[in-house]
Amino acid sequence: MEYMSSLVLIAVSAALINNFVLHYFVGICPFLGVSRRVDMAFGMGAAVTFVVSIAVGLSWMFTYFILQPGAPLSGWIWHGVTGQPAEAVDLSILNYIVYIFVIASSVQLVEMYVRKFFPSLYKSFGVFLPLITTNCAILFACLMVMQHIVGATGPEAWGLDKAMVLAVFAGVGFTVAIVIMAGIREDLDHCDVPKPLRGAGITLIVAGILALAFMGFTGMDRGLEQAIHSANNNDTPTAAVEPARQVRQTLPSPENAPTKIESTRG
Amino acid sequence: MCPTLAVTNGMAQAMTMSGAVLFVLLCANIITSLIRGMLKPHLRILVFTLTIATFVTIADKFIAAYLYSMSKELGPYIPLIIVNCVIICRCEVCASKQPVLTVAADAVGQSIGFGLALASIATIREMLGSGTWFGYPVMWEGFDKWVIMVLPPGAFLTLGLLLGGANWIGQAFAGRGKKQAA
Repeated sequence: MEYMSSLVLIAVSAALINNFVLHYFVGICPFLGVSRRVDMAFGMGAAVTFVVSIAVGLSWMFTYFILQPGAPLSGWIWHGVTGQPAEAVDLSILNYIVYIFVIASSVQLVEMYVRKFFPSLYKSFGVFLPLITTNCAILFACLMVMQHIVGATGPEAWGLDKAMVLAVFAGVGFTVAIVIMAGIREDLDHCDVPKPLRGAGITLIVAGILALAFMGFTGMDRGLEQAIHSANNNDTPTAAVEPARQVRQTLPSPENAPTKIESTRG
Repeated sequence: MCPTLAVTNGMAQAMTMSGAVLFVLLCANIITSLIRGMLKPHLRILVFTLTIATFVTIADKFIAAYLYSMSKELGPYIPLIIVNCVIICRCEVCASKQPVLTVAADAVGQSIGFGLALASIATIREMLGSGTWFGYPVMWEGFDKWVIMVLPPGAFLTLGLLLGGANWIGQAFAGRGKKQAA
């Protein structure tokens, strides 16, 4: 239960609360560039989700086994070659270079695989694949996972499972954001937008309002955590209703607001 | 594009970021220019990215060593310079074709432009959002802070309105030029 709740929290937080586009500002370029039509936006979202899962999986393995301080594989080689203790090895300076390599090659791999086995799928989102290499969302996901491996202990240290959940749901969050944006922009085509704001200007302002809406999800992770915990503690049928009410009560009250907002206010 | 929005909630962050971009762009451009004769066309982008990644690592470690609190605040956005379109684009368009000196001048100019853009967004966001500039209070007593400006939505709104403003000024000038010509 503890394990499941942590997975659920990571998923919800990656997809909604800390949405990659609207909270961390990563992946803005495709968000503005490919959000003209809903079907294209969905294709882009699917491609990003696909690549981010593969890239995060690979980079987790690289970081855990080779790059982190005292990593098992490189430590073993170091010990075998020099005879010095395996803990001395630290390759974390190579992190960024390795991630870029992993992302570039996994994009290439995905492109070749999709072209060979799913030609129709390749036709629909093949054009987006090369663009993804320079999509910051992928690198950002890898970096987030890195922060949870290097120097992290206890529940903060993530296994492959948590990293994959983060990656998949970050991709889902990206898809949700870009599809909503594309829907709004399709309607916006029929509106009379002031001339200087046409194009990027109005898109950014709409994105701002969308980010404002997504800020409504802040605090949801705490509510969920409480709900899961109280459901865990007393497994009676009424317990399912009670936490839901608790969630609703905890959301608007200021003292339950996350620390981030408080710190900016202070 | 991404750092433009993420690091502009204060002047200090924005300036650190543009300093890092200046360093990375300058070094990466010089190296690319030096090895431009050896580049194979299909491996070009990969070589650029690896060069950039090397210098970003240097910049990241440097900031972590000398400006620790700043590096905490900027967090993963420094490594994100690697995928910054500006740098790859300059490597591709300029550095792979020109001699070293031209390229260095281009890099400095580009990053000053980038810094100015960051500074204009950061000034608006920091003054309205926390009533300070470089951490010093500049707004009058009793000024009501617009918390939304330092939060994510403020970045989108500011950039959108700034773009609109720039377009508006550009169009006004263009219109005037046409009238004078006629």
